[in-house]
Amino acid sequence: MAAAIANPSVSIQDLSLNFGVMSVLKTLNLDVAEGEFIVLLGPSGCGKSTLLNCIAGLLDISEGRIFIKGKNVTWEEPKDRGIGMVFQSYALYPQMTVEKNLSFGLRVAGLAKDEIAKRIARAAEILQIEPLLQRKPSALSGGQRQRVAIGRALVRDVDVFLFDEPLSNLDAKLRAELRVEIKLLHRKLENTMIYVTHDQIEAMTLADRIAVMKGGVIQQLDAPQTIYNRPVNRFVAGFLGSPAMNFVDGHLENADGGWHFLADGLKIPLSTYGFDRQPEPGPAVFGIRPEHVSLNSGAGWPFSAASKVEVVEPMGSDTLVWLQLAQQKFSVRVTSERTPGNDEAVTVGFDPMRASLFDAQTGNRL
Amino acid sequence: MVDVAASPSDAIVLRRDEAGPAGAKPRHALSRRNIFLYGTLIVVALYYLLPLYVMIVTSLKGMPEIRLGNIFSPPVEITFEPWVKAWATACTGLNCDGLSRGFWNSVRITVPSVLLSIAIASVNGYALANWRFKGADTFFIILIVGAFIPYQVMIYPIVIILREIGIYGTLTGLVIVHSIFGMPILTLLFRNYFTSMPEELFRAARVDGAGFWGIYLRIMLPMSLPIFVVAIILQVTGIWNDFLFGVVYTRPDTYPMTVQLNNIVNSVQGVKEYNVNMAATILTGLVPLIVYFISGKLFVRGIAAGAVKG
Repeated sequence: MAAAIANPSVSIQDLSLNFGVMSVLKTLNLDVAEGEFIVLLGPSGCGKSTLLNCIAGLLDISEGRIFIKGKNVTWEEPKDRGIGMVFQSYALYPQMTVEKNLSFGLRVAGLAKDEIAKRIARAAEILQIEPLLQRKPSALSGGQRQRVAIGRALVRDVDVFLFDEPLSNLDAKLRAELRVEIKLLHRKLENTMIYVTHDQIEAMTLADRIAVMKGGVIQQLDAPQTIYNRPVNRFVAGFLGSPAMNFVDGHLENADGGWHFLADGLKIPLSTYGFDRQPEPGPAVFGIRPEHVSLNSGAGWPFSAASKVEVVEPMGSDTLVWLQLAQQKFSVRVTSERTPGNDEAVTVGFDPMRASLFDAQTGNRL
Repeated sequence: MVDVAASPSDAIVLRRDEAGPAGAKPRHALSRRNIFLYGTLIVVALYYLLPLYVMIVTSLKGMPEIRLGNIFSPPVEITFEPWVKAWATACTGLNCDGLSRGFWNSVRITVPSVLLSIAIASVNGYALANWRFKGADTFFIILIVGAFIPYQVMIYPIVIILREIGIYGTLTGLVIVHSIFGMPILTLLFRNYFTSMPEELFRAARVDGAGFWGIYLRIMLPMSLPIFVVAIILQVTGIWNDFLFGVVYTRPDTYPMTVQLNNIVNSVQGVKEYNVNMAATILTGLVPLIVYFISGKLFVRGIAAGAVKG
């Protein structure tokens, strides 16, 4: 865990949420720094959207406290929390024009007309939706709708932006475009942003820090690179990365003057691996990402083994080669020029320094 | 593949050849299927329209012509006398001002009942669908059970309640009774409609700072025209056609049109004036009939929209 943040923009303390007997969020703690872009990442049903709704005040929590800008907002109405929210389905009011959609919150708050006009002009300029102001949402494309939805949060001049899977309803190309736009927006506004997604690419590209969630618990909260390179448990390791990390079941042994990982004839030396804790002999899982394995690149690797290609998956920019290692499926990512043929005999080599070892029972990083 | 054409016109010819069958698929108007389908439809339509035809024809005849007994023959001498009599001078009990009195009574009953019941039920449905208050489910179940209790069970207790409040026999009393009895089905209708609306819309409005009434009036109401039309049709026809509550909870001078129609048609003194009875019946049924004709399409759409989610 990162060190405690002084003056956090959003601070969640011991938050629990139960629906009847089902516990959705379990004594969760999260501090978000001023101007930070936090991504809540996890599979569906992990509680990430629920957590966001709790921060927004749309769900009443069972226990704990929520602070925004140092103010205890646990039981405040959503409008009094200084948050703006962007929804997956855009949630634009269909009977209102874009301009009315943007101004709705301000009109409810009873702002002066010229102030409303000023704020709408600013938001429309930032999001480049000026030509759309007099249109109804039904006459907008998906990307334009999402821009208006962001604008609705923008005009309210809030401290914290909450995004609930804002790009999930868009096609792949638009998603990539808007992703960049959201990142630019964050650089321009420098607001605190909390962003929920199940898309690891969005998480990796946007986040200052990612909170990987599962079963209502934050598994790991760290910078994207740290999470990618040093996942704290097997779930995080498997959830991030596409193609996914290779896992080889085996056990740890201290023999021949050092720790080794053994699995069905393989003996991987772990002298370069940085253990998080004192290792003990016993069952373990060895994980390594496909791009950290090299194919047919000669000697010089701390570990190398012979194998045979089973299937080749070309992916355009590179190719995924599937083979067997210790009788278990294993994938290697190579550049498309160096693609081997099916059934070709190859040698794989890697440095265990880049690997991750997990306890076979708990799944925690060793 | 088409070869590169020597001239543009050649190319067009080639493309036409390649296109094969074009245009609409040819249909045979007198296929066996069509004859059977339309034949059945016409027979069924005639079967249902025949009574209406007899009523209209009879109402336009004079009594001597009716006594000839040929009920299907069109009128020889068209007269609107029975219509005028039914509307303005037919007698029920001591009043001899025809159905007009009942018509205005029915209007005075229907309009406030419809407005009141829909106003309350739409707010009920909205609260049940969007504001998951404590005990919402219990409340909803009670309401649904209410829809299945036979009216007859409640007639007498309600008579006593209205008498105790002091509004028994008044139009106000009947309006309240109609509003209460419309509540279960209308609330269900509105709840289902509001449940089918995207929940994120409601959340967005809350983040924007709108409260219970703000969201209802400014977001939900403008989006729910179809379901309001359905509710209006259901209530207007239901309340207009009501006989039981009308006869139980009002007095002769405040009888709704249906009760008065019954009194005109079933009066035993003197000659049975079939033409007046027919005219009176058509007049009474005219309001629901017009409502259906105007709103047929909207009605179907609204029912479908309300039925999407349970």
